[in-house]
Amino acid sequence: MTAVVGIQDAGERLDGDPILTLDEVSKHFQVRTSTNPFHPASTLRAVDGVSLSIERGETFGLVGESGSGKSTLGRVAVRLDAPTSGTITFDGQSIENQGGEQLRRTRRQMQVVFQDPLGSLNPRMSVGSIIGEPLRVFEGLRGSTLTDRVAELMRSVGLDPSRAAARPRALSGGQRQRVGIARAIALNPRLILADEAVSALDVSVQAQITNLLVDLRERLGLTYLFIAHGLPIVRQVAQRVGVMYLGRIVEVADTDDLFANPQHPYTRALLAASPVPDPTVRRERIILHGEPPTPLNLPSGCRFRTRCPMAAEVCAQVAPPVVQVSPTHTVECHFAETSGI
Amino acid sequence: MAAATAVAEATVLRHRTWRSRVSVNNVTLGFSLAWLAVVVAAAALPGVLATDDATTLDPTRVLTAPGEQTLLGTDHYGRSVLTLLVHGARAALVIGLAATLLGMLIGSLVGLVAGYLGGAADMLLGRFVDILMCFPGVLLALVIASALGASTTNLIIAVGISAVPGFARVMRGQVLTIRGRLYVEAARSAGFAPGRVLMRHILPNSVAPTVVLATVTVGTSVVVAASLSFLGLGVRTEIPDWGQLLAMGQPYLAGAWWISTFPGIVLTLTVIAVSLAGDWLRDRLDVD
Repeated sequence: MTAVVGIQDAGERLDGDPILTLDEVSKHFQVRTSTNPFHPASTLRAVDGVSLSIERGETFGLVGESGSGKSTLGRVAVRLDAPTSGTITFDGQSIENQGGEQLRRTRRQMQVVFQDPLGSLNPRMSVGSIIGEPLRVFEGLRGSTLTDRVAELMRSVGLDPSRAAARPRALSGGQRQRVGIARAIALNPRLILADEAVSALDVSVQAQITNLLVDLRERLGLTYLFIAHGLPIVRQVAQRVGVMYLGRIVEVADTDDLFANPQHPYTRALLAASPVPDPTVRRERIILHGEPPTPLNLPSGCRFRTRCPMAAEVCAQVAPPVVQVSPTHTVECHFAETSGI
Repeated sequence: MAAATAVAEATVLRHRTWRSRVSVNNVTLGFSLAWLAVVVAAAALPGVLATDDATTLDPTRVLTAPGEQTLLGTDHYGRSVLTLLVHGARAALVIGLAATLLGMLIGSLVGLVAGYLGGAADMLLGRFVDILMCFPGVLLALVIASALGASTTNLIIAVGISAVPGFARVMRGQVLTIRGRLYVEAARSAGFAPGRVLMRHILPNSVAPTVVLATVTVGTSVVVAASLSFLGLGVRTEIPDWGQLLAMGQPYLAGAWWISTFPGIVLTLTVIAVSLAGDWLRDRLDVD
């Protein structure tokens, strides 16, 4: 086990020093699908047996369409929700059964940057008190020590410290998200869950915030679980990417590897759907038909078979095995090694 | 681009005119606040507004009509109705404010706990509030007042408890809304203790409707207190409060209408002024 502290360049991999490990994690919800009170509740499998390991100092990108369970997986990973089954290990400690004060202590080590910057900031608190609140509560900072530290945090996320008295409402979308980021890094956490942290922003602001996140990772040695619904933004920030479909991670690989050599038909379809800023490039278009099936009633065998252009008989009968394409590349597909490499 | 801006501006303008139409307009608000200032002044410094003594009986001017010897006439003991009204303002205001405060504190606490904890606590507290709500406010206050006996404190308790269900309902509903907000989730994910999340993040964002309800409740509490006094369940003092004044004038209504009429008008004006001020406050507090 190599103990690596802090900074690491994009693309470089650290092996065997995971900060967060999920093993066969599931999150099921019981939902009523009928108004008949005697009709039993159905099980919605939002996350269904996901195993995943995030190395210290890396950015793990998680992509998938709406309803794929990526946000639920993120929430369970940082224990905003409890998993239905499976184990979660954070920093060598098993946290899936933690509760109360113990869980609150763990949570200080893993902060969240939310998708909706305005909604995640208390409208009745000033920017300065939002950023300073964790420092007041957990580090007991007061007076000028507190204001100095808040000003320092604001500068480090590119905010003018003179805006500390402003309310979130008075800021622009990008500035609001910077406040959310400053709050998240205030206690020097180990892990940050960025749940579609830039999706709600203008494209130009998206790039600024993404750069800020990358910059902070390098400066502070942070680890990110970066959730997005599009591949291009993930390509920009992540060293490794997991593609999620209907509650399972169907393919995981290093970012470059995934983009150069996608194995799962779903990953290929996602890549084909991403625009390339070059009009001369002619690409094979893969069009997926229909909506993803409901996680209340999953298809037999492979869960992607109903939309898969390569679906065969075996797909309906047997769940696909986890195929190791390379030591760092796994995919869940019956045709992984044979499909059009 | 320019067109989009113009449309946005037009929307804002339309929104503003719509708001000003439903909001309390400035003249009404001015009158309301001025009237409340007069009532508060009467309660604070009755001697300044009414120069003659409210306890001195004067057989020479019994039941004189308004304008004859005094502005609002005299009662059957020869006391000026105006003087009695001014001196009765304090009792009305003290009972109205204290009862509202009591109802607000108990009701909000019940609502806060029920809304935040949910589950069994919510169910139990909800049923308790439902039981209180089964009785009309005045009837509930009447029962409590007659059970406790007549004193100012008991009157405040009776009127205050009748206001509890309203505050509990409003606070619970508000907490249920705010509890699901993302910033509450953010506070939880930061690892703050539940007490802090509740007091710093949920409560400050939940109080606006309660403040508005409180202003309205001050008005209704004054009326409920006056009703209890009218029915003889209030405090028996030398100086009658507004409710007693109303009751006192009742036997003379055919001949000396002014003894009951003016307290009625004063009571009505005060309640209207308080609720208009409450509407205005709601508009000011509306951050969302």
